[in-house]
Amino acid sequence: MQKHNPAGTRTIKTQVLIIGGGVTGTGVMRDLALRNITTILIDRKDLNAGASGSNHGLLHSGGRYVAQDLATAIECREEGEILKRVAANCIDDCGGMFVAVEGDDEEFAGGFADHCKAAGIRCEPLSVTQARIREPSLTEKIIAAFTVPDATIDPFRLTLENVSHAQQLTDSSYLPHMEVKGFDIVDGEIIATLVKDNRSGELLRIESEQVINASGTWAMKIARLAGCNEVNLLYSKGTLIISNSRMSKGVINRLRLPGDGDILVPGGTVSLLGTTSATIDDPDAISPTVDEVDRILAQGLTMVPSLADARLIRAFAGVRPLLMTSDNTGDGRKASRGFALFDHEKQNLRNFTTITGGKLTTYRLMAERVGDLVAKRLGSSAPCKTATEPLPSGPSVCWTEPGFSARDWYARQDPTDRILCECEMVPESSIDNILKEAPGCEAQMSLKAISLRSRVGKGSCQGAFCSIRVTSHLYDKGVYNSQYGLIHLRDFVKERFKGVRPVLWGPQVAQMELAEALHCDLMGLDQQATCMTKSEFDPNRVKEDL
Amino acid sequence: MIREARPIKTQLAIIGTGLGGLAAGIFAKDMGINTAQIGHTGAITFTTGYFDLLGSLMDKQFADPWKGLAVLKKQLPKHPLANISQDDIHKALNLFNKNINKMGIGYCEPGNSNIQALLPSGVCKPTISVPLTMLAGVKAKESQAPTLIIDFKGLQGFSAIEFVTNLKSLWPSLKAERLPFPNMDSGQQIFAEVMAQALEVPNNRQRLADVIKPLLGNAEYLGLPAILGIHKPDLVHGHMEELLGIKVFEIPTMPPSVPGMRLRELFEQMFADNSFILIPQHKVEKIELNNDGAKLCFTDPFGDVEISSQATILATGRFLSGGLKAEQHGIFETLLNIPVTQPDGRDNWYQEKYFDPRGHKINQAGVEVDINFRPLNAKGEPINHRLFAAGTILAHQDWVRQRCGAGVSISTAYQAVKCAANILI
Ligand SMILES: Cc1cc2nc3c(=O)[nH]c(=O)nc-3n(C[C@H](O)[C@H](O)[C@H](O)COP(=O)(O)OP(=O)(O)OC[C@H]3O[C@@H](n4cnc5c(N)ncnc54)[C@H](O)[C@@H]3O)c2cc1C
Ligand SMILES: Cc1cc2nc3c(=O)[nH]c(=O)nc-3n(C[C@H](O)[C@H](O)[C@H](O)COP(=O)(O)OP(=O)(O)OC[C@H]3O[C@@H](n4cnc5c(N)ncnc54)[C@H](O)[C@@H]3O)c2cc1C
Repeated sequence: MQKHNPAGTRTIKTQVLIIGGGVTGTGVMRDLALRNITTILIDRKDLNAGASGSNHGLLHSGGRYVAQDLATAIECREEGEILKRVAANCIDDCGGMFVAVEGDDEEFAGGFADHCKAAGIRCEPLSVTQARIREPSLTEKIIAAFTVPDATIDPFRLTLENVSHAQQLTDSSYLPHMEVKGFDIVDGEIIATLVKDNRSGELLRIESEQVINASGTWAMKIARLAGCNEVNLLYSKGTLIISNSRMSKGVINRLRLPGDGDILVPGGTVSLLGTTSATIDDPDAISPTVDEVDRILAQGLTMVPSLADARLIRAFAGVRPLLMTSDNTGDGRKASRGFALFDHEKQNLRNFTTITGGKLTTYRLMAERVGDLVAKRLGSSAPCKTATEPLPSGPSVCWTEPGFSARDWYARQDPTDRILCECEMVPESSIDNILKEAPGCEAQMSLKAISLRSRVGKGSCQGAFCSIRVTSHLYDKGVYNSQYGLIHLRDFVKERFKGVRPVLWGPQVAQMELAEALHCDLMGLDQQATCMTKSEFDPNRVKEDL
Repeated sequence: MIREARPIKTQLAIIGTGLGGLAAGIFAKDMGINTAQIGHTGAITFTTGYFDLLGSLMDKQFADPWKGLAVLKKQLPKHPLANISQDDIHKALNLFNKNINKMGIGYCEPGNSNIQALLPSGVCKPTISVPLTMLAGVKAKESQAPTLIIDFKGLQGFSAIEFVTNLKSLWPSLKAERLPFPNMDSGQQIFAEVMAQALEVPNNRQRLADVIKPLLGNAEYLGLPAILGIHKPDLVHGHMEELLGIKVFEIPTMPPSVPGMRLRELFEQMFADNSFILIPQHKVEKIELNNDGAKLCFTDPFGDVEISSQATILATGRFLSGGLKAEQHGIFETLLNIPVTQPDGRDNWYQEKYFDPRGHKINQAGVEVDINFRPLNAKGEPINHRLFAAGTILAHQDWVRQRCGAGVSISTAYQAVKCAANILI
């Protein structure tokens, strides 16, 4: 599969290259694998590094879009129904509710049931009492409430299962840290994609018959690298906050035009409240702010007053790729949530496809559209199977759901399987399974990569203790065999801090004080550079670090 | 029925049983002051066991903490350690060490320079005094002597391989081994505290030595996680050296840490005395200040208690111990609502980057005091001339980053007790 060209750059060959390891790219990978087409999937960071790892995890019934965007609403409903059948592993079919509170637009609320009917979405009105029996945490000040078939979906498990299944079906592979830097185009054809391995710095050529750009928010940038200007995106930053306990049985949506802090979504043992929407110029280097957190919380309180006492453990921000159309004016909330497929043939490119926009909820349909086009281009008539073929689970791809690990550990009753992460009850064995065969597992896996594939660092201690324990375990296993292990530890706690920072008050400040004392006074991570020998320490990393 | 509060009368009340409170108690006792002390365990069981004076400032590390203090005085004139003479700091540290040595926990004498003490990560930390059970490790590293590091099956929070891997390039003759701990070898999780208790029994030390001995090879030193007994660590340590015939040292572990427990336990032994009342595992619920001193109220299983003191030292620590609390829109002192110097707005509490060498501003938040260690009100005047504060609750220090936890706690406790003594009758 590999050869060295004279210039010394390594070349990798594959049938189809997919750029972007979010739900869409991994969905395409599996879609093509089910048509017996082999792919390489790359991401400049790792799976779900973009919007797919920083969303609400709401499997939309469509209710949120009925008033503004009927087509998207219908698409969400149809896809939601399919996913509940084929991706049941990843879904909590908890149901949802739309509620209006005193002060909200009554007319808007009044039209909701009819709008849902038009989109074919099941919707039942509830009395205030009924609504509060269903969701006791709701405010008394409700003026209207309706049920909808919302559900929640674990996007991490979803991508992991997609990749894992594709790898089982074909010789397809997933390569993390591979960043697209350019394309080698000859006579209307991409003959090679030029890629940099962000870990080693090595430059590579990936030669493929077809190239699929599924880089979501970054799809416009990548299309431009191939000389295609017709992909135009609006970047909409959204911030969410997480509480360390589950605040509601099902999804609670505010019944009004979308605004800040108007969806509360359970995720296993936690809840997510969001989201803000702000148009930004640069989708990179975003982080949640104190101001955004305060705004979301203030809005959320009007629906669910007990949020005032919730222990918030983290905030995070993502960027939605919204399609720019002639009639949207730069307001992220009004822009279409639909997706678009670009075959780039008008740009005279025969083997390049871009898919972007859309939602987590519609990822399967997006992948199907790409699959149809690319299969046809490759001369395959194999039909799409993802609407009927269930996603298989496995021992290396099931650890991301909050609460799963704890249930599993208790059920197995093996006291010698030590718990490394106490908040989320992650034992050694689940880490070992991930190291062995999780999609994208590597020889020297970073804590971040392990955390992405498990719940490590996601509980109320936010990695203060477990990061240190998991690091020791990795040293014990020989996975870390130099001081680089400590750099992985430092990178991990540094990264977690970004999300913790804006929600630090109350007991979390004490938690942070302890964490900092552990990381600095016990582990010496802040001064580690001074103790390292030159040869082991990569100066580039230090610079970026502080 | 009206319940009468049980009264306790004392010259000095110390609120808090962390390192600051412990030091204040020791100094008060040393001066023969009649004292009542109350507090929960606090941060003390988390410490590594090392006593830091001043290890670093921004990105500078100090080999000589006394020179460091001079730099501190110039750069951070409001730092509590910048307002105590080096002579007093020296006296405080020595008096503290002398007393705990007497009580059975040996620490090396604070010297002229920082010791590069070992951490479980294999990184070193600048500190002024280390427990005698840990001292040999510093020498072993300096001389790069052949050394065996051992950890135990089932013990979390200390990995010999991690320690050895990270130090190997500086100390090539290091080796790591993992052993089952005698009688606790089922593979299930075991805890440092339980192991330390087991090693207080001579027979268990013999058993442990028996399994270690065949592994020693040419090792001149043996390094272990900190598990060498809780009450008489120096005795346990000495016996292990005798049994093994080589130098033995401990390395700190993840909390709850045995060296911290030793300090906590020390309290209970030292204060069994009628001039000293210790009320552990309780918190003061209310405090009233008056011209003659203060009334401290709390409830124990037998009812309400009221302590009347002529002078009171507040050593309630920071967020982890409950001396300070952070709400969504501000930081507060929990007992008396003393004004807390703090950054302007929550967005300024923490830097954007976790390891920003400037440290997080929230760590410098705290209570302001005058030169007599009396907390100040919003107008900058002492709240009450009989109320003092000591320890990490004080503003303008960042003990985490500056490696000055014990230094701040012990030195300010010394000053506060001296100032309090001046007003006692
Ligand atoms: C705050 C927020 C909340 C949301 N909530 C929901 C919700 O509740 N329900 C729902 O259905 N949808 C939701 N969405 C939308 C949904 O998350 C996204 O539509 C979806 O995840 C997009 O997936 P994707 O795979 O297309 O893109 P992404 O997940 O963004 O993936 C793109 C990938 O491309 C990689 N990449 C970028 N540049 C390069 C390069 N040069 N080389 C290689 N790789 C590159 C990135 O690292 C990234 O991993 C939300 C979005 C946001 C931001
Ligand atoms: C992980 C970790 C590692 C550390 N390592 C080191 C080290 O290597 N070297 C070093 O020098 N220092 C170290 N320290 C720091 C050292 O523990 C602190 O400097 C020291 O504990 C602070 O002392 P303090 O007495 O001011 O506060 P604390 O130790 O926090 O004690 C405060 C006390 O006040 C009590 N209290 C609070 N409210 C009330 C109330 N209302 N009534 C009664 N009592 C109350 C608490 O229960 C507690 O006993 C470490 C700390 C941590 C957390």
